[in-house]
Amino acid sequence: MAGQQHDSSFSNPVIQWIDTRLPIFTMMQKEYAIFPTPKNFNYFWNFGALAMVILGIMIATGVLLAMNYQPNTLLAFDSIQHIMRDVNYGWLIRYLHQNGASMFFIVTYIHMFRGLYYGSYKYPRELLWMLGVVILLVMMATAFMGYVLPWGQMSYWGATVITNLFSAFPGVGPPIVTWLWGGFSVDNPTLNRFFSLHYLLPFVLVAVIFLHVAALHIVGSNNPLGIDVKSPQDTVPFHPYYTAKDSVGICVFLLVYAAFVFFMPNALGDPNNFIPANPLQTPADIVPEWYFLPYYAILRSIPNKLAGVCLMFGSLLILFVLPWLDTSRVRSARFRPVYRQLIWVWVAAVIGLGVCGAHKPEGIWVVLSRVCTLYYFLHFLVILPVLGKLEHPLPLPDSISRPVIGGGGGPLPGGATAKPMEKA
Amino acid sequence: MADSAATLGHGHAGEVTKRDFLKLVTGAAAAIGGAAFAWTLIDSMNPSKDVLALSAVELDITPIPEGSGITVVWQGKPIFVRHRTPTEIKQAEDVQLSQLIDPQADSARVKPNHAQWIVLIGICTHLGCVPLGNKPSDPRGDWGGWFCPCHGSQYDTSGRVRHGPAPANLALPPYAFDTDAKIKIG
Repeated sequence: MAGQQHDSSFSNPVIQWIDTRLPIFTMMQKEYAIFPTPKNFNYFWNFGALAMVILGIMIATGVLLAMNYQPNTLLAFDSIQHIMRDVNYGWLIRYLHQNGASMFFIVTYIHMFRGLYYGSYKYPRELLWMLGVVILLVMMATAFMGYVLPWGQMSYWGATVITNLFSAFPGVGPPIVTWLWGGFSVDNPTLNRFFSLHYLLPFVLVAVIFLHVAALHIVGSNNPLGIDVKSPQDTVPFHPYYTAKDSVGICVFLLVYAAFVFFMPNALGDPNNFIPANPLQTPADIVPEWYFLPYYAILRSIPNKLAGVCLMFGSLLILFVLPWLDTSRVRSARFRPVYRQLIWVWVAAVIGLGVCGAHKPEGIWVVLSRVCTLYYFLHFLVILPVLGKLEHPLPLPDSISRPVIGGGGGPLPGGATAKPMEKA
Repeated sequence: MADSAATLGHGHAGEVTKRDFLKLVTGAAAAIGGAAFAWTLIDSMNPSKDVLALSAVELDITPIPEGSGITVVWQGKPIFVRHRTPTEIKQAEDVQLSQLIDPQADSARVKPNHAQWIVLIGICTHLGCVPLGNKPSDPRGDWGGWFCPCHGSQYDTSGRVRHGPAPANLALPPYAFDTDAKIKIG
């Protein structure tokens, strides 16, 4: 019945034929071409698109690696060497995948910092933010299991330490660890299931990212001013304006990525992973990959096992309630003079934790990691709730268009020159 | 139930009807069946029978020199067998239990008349690393036992935790002396 067909506006007969039956072209047109987007994005708004690009690269290279990898404790380490030496371009695919994990995390961390700095997690984007935290957790699980697959010393001992985190929970802990291992130590069953899950989770990631983007397209993007879109003058169509801007970012990103892959492919790795796994000898110094160092430092800063594990998980789970911990209704740090300083103290604390995580827990590093852990939680649990009540935000601009047109290009003082306005 | 069954089929809004009962029973059956099936999936990830099959390890301990230990594998886990010196035994026995994180007497951790032998599961009770200290040249920590390189836990010559973050003493495997020269682990 013709009345049930979608009314397509495409003139190409093939596209129209499909679009009337399954309006994916209309949907793409609406969500990615004419999609009205705030016109004042800066380059921080590139990083969501960059994360999508790197996820695509990770899935493509991962599928190819799986064609040559053997998830068996006797063969795994050698099969990596086989990929590196024998498989055509295996070295390239593997280095793209290995360094891609680091790239994925740096891009995601910058993307999250953007959200923190410009208040993107606040009303009405709370659920969007929470889905982002789910994405981060799934990413971390995927990265952790992927790191185990080469079955080097750091793979094995990283797997041992991280799975043992669950043994901290009284009663249920040890049976859970045995269940995770499928044995009484990290062994072949563990490697097999980690490979299975490492292949599965990226597709879970795709599904959650779909929800993340769907939620974004309902509430719309935040912007550097943190104020709502007031009129069509405040927006530009996503294509060609932000497809072009994202392309610039993608080129720069690929340059950085390629620099790592081609000139220092092992700079971010650990030399211990060139040694095959040995269950009887722990390396002198167990260090996770750089993107896990801050959490590792939090874990080690507490001399009590259960408390350390809880704080480490807590440091991530606290992000779920961030939209309700921050009591300020002003989104962008540009108009929050105190928050604008303190967010950098928090960043310094996270970087400090990362540095502490890379050192043995002795002497000054213990003290420093405790101070940074304290500040990390202080920021979320005390500073953000209290600051929203005490801080006097700067006057917000009337609209996105005003500071852009009236301010004459200088983005930072834009808000100050505009007329003061009641908080939205 | 008998009352609601009597009014079946012609209940008014808000009343419990036969249909409600059927929905409840169907839903419950599906939930129980689903949970039972889910358990098979979850349990398939537990150790399989070949992994569970216990293998006992027999060990000749005469070559282990005093002051040193060796590591053997039992159930995929490292087992420390250490020949303690008289000083080390005395250190372990003289500690006041109130000073310990996980109080346990040394006599409870060795076999009678074999105080020179300590047999431990060589897995740090913090996060599962293998502590160092079997070789006299290894770092043994401030209490002369074992030192975990991962997060700095220290154990004394009885394998008891003396410095965190490990919460508990090194565990003891089941073992017995077949003769003075031979032990059987498992």
